Amino acid sequence: MKPASTAAFCFRLLRRQLVLGLRRPVELGNPLLFFAMVVALFPLGLGPAPDTLASFAPGILWIVALLSNLLTSDAVFRSDLEDGSLEQLLLAPQPLYLAALSYVFAQWLLTGFLLGLASPVFALMLGLAPAAIPALAASLLLGTAVLSLVGGIGAALTVGLKRGGMLISLLILPFYMPVLIFGSGAVQAALNGNPTGPFLAILAAFLCLSIALAPMAIAAGLRISIDT
Amino acid sequence: MVNDSAPVAVVLSASELGLERGGRELFSGINLQLTRGQLVQIEGPNGAGKTSLLRILAGLSRYGFTGQVERHVPQLFLGHQSAVKGLLTPRENLAWHVAGESSFTAAAIDAALAAVELYGYEDVPSHALSAGQHRRVNLARLYLSQAPLWLLDEPFTAIDRGGVVALEARMLAHLEQGGTVLLTSHQPVAVAYPLLRLDLTTGQLQ
Repeated sequence: MKPASTAAFCFRLLRRQLVLGLRRPVELGNPLLFFAMVVALFPLGLGPAPDTLASFAPGILWIVALLSNLLTSDAVFRSDLEDGSLEQLLLAPQPLYLAALSYVFAQWLLTGFLLGLASPVFALMLGLAPAAIPALAASLLLGTAVLSLVGGIGAALTVGLKRGGMLISLLILPFYMPVLIFGSGAVQAALNGNPTGPFLAILAAFLCLSIALAPMAIAAGLRISIDT
Repeated sequence: MVNDSAPVAVVLSASELGLERGGRELFSGINLQLTRGQLVQIEGPNGAGKTSLLRILAGLSRYGFTGQVERHVPQLFLGHQSAVKGLLTPRENLAWHVAGESSFTAAAIDAALAAVELYGYEDVPSHALSAGQHRRVNLARLYLSQAPLWLLDEPFTAIDRGGVVALEARMLAHLEQGGTVLLTSHQPVAVAYPLLRLDLTTGQLQ
C-alpha cells in the first residue's frame, strides 16, 4: 500500500468517470444525436436554400452545441450524490479543486470533445464553407470546455435539488453568452476571410479563467449541496 | 481540520455540540473526546440526531450547528449509502474509490473482497449484486483502510448474520491495534471489548 498521491488520485477519478460514461453508450450518444436532429430540422424550418443555410450555419451550430451541453451538464454529480459517492469524495484527503477539475474534464471529453470532433460533419450538412470548418472545430473544442466548467458550477449548486433542470439553465445561461458570441464570431470571421486568431485567443482566455476559478466554485457548491 | 499540536492519543474532540432542526433542538451540550482504542456507540431513538451528529463529526455538515469539532487523524466514514457504482465491478469500485485514501494493490483488494465473502463476484457488474452485497463491497474498505478512526453509520443494516459476526471481528481487530470506532446502531454490539455509550438525549458518555 502506498500513500495516496494527488496525481494518481486524479487519474483514477478521470478513469472512473470515463469508464462510467463509456459503459452507458446511450447517454454518450445523446448529445450527438440531439445535435444531428436539430441540424437536420433547420433546413425544414428555414427552407433548403443552400445560401440561407450557409449564412445561418455558424450561429445554428454554436447554439445547438450550447444547448446540447446544457442538456448534459446537470448530470455530472447527480448519480454520485444518489449513491453516496459524493460525500466520500468530499471527505477525501485530497484537494477538491483537482477532483472537481477531473470530473469536469471527463464530462468534457465525453461531450464537448466528441462534439468538436463530429462538428465538421454537421457543418457540411448545413453547407458551411469548408474554409470555416477548422475555425468551427477549434472554437467548439475551446468553447465547450468553458461551457462544461461553467455548467459544472450550476450542476454542483443544484445537485441536491429534485428538479434543478430549469434552475441550472437560469443560473448558467448568462455565463454561456460570451462563449456563444466569440465562438460563433470565430466561425463568421473565417467565413468572411478575416483572421480567427483573436476570437480563439479570447475563448482560450475564457478557458484559462474558468479553469482557475470554476473548480473552486464547484467545490464550494458541492459542500453546500451535501450539507443537508 | 487536522491539528498536530494535540496529544497523539486523542483522535477526535468535540465540544458543546448542539443541533437544531426545524425549530426543534435535537441535541445540545455534547462533549466528546475520543482516544485510541475506544469503542463508542451513539444511542438514541429514531430522529434523535445520530446520523446528523456523525455527519458533523465527520465534517460533512459544516453549517447550522453550534460547537467545535477537531479531527486529529485520518478517518473512514461509512454512511447510509454504500457509494457503490452499479456500472463498475466490485474490484473497480474499490480500486477507483473516490475517497482517495491510497492506491491499493490488486492483491489487497482481492483479499478484502474475499474477507467480505464476495470471492467470485470481483468482476460481476455491481448492478447485478444485491443490496446486502453492495453494503459488503463498502465494508471491504474496512479491510483496506489504514485510517485509525472509523465513523460507521448503521453498519449492520442489510448484512446477514454471518456478515455481522465477521464485521464485529474486524472491529475488534481494529480496536486491538489501537484504532477507534464510533458507530450508530439500533442493534446491540456483540464485541468482547469495553463499550462506551453516548446517549444523545442526555449527552452523557458512559
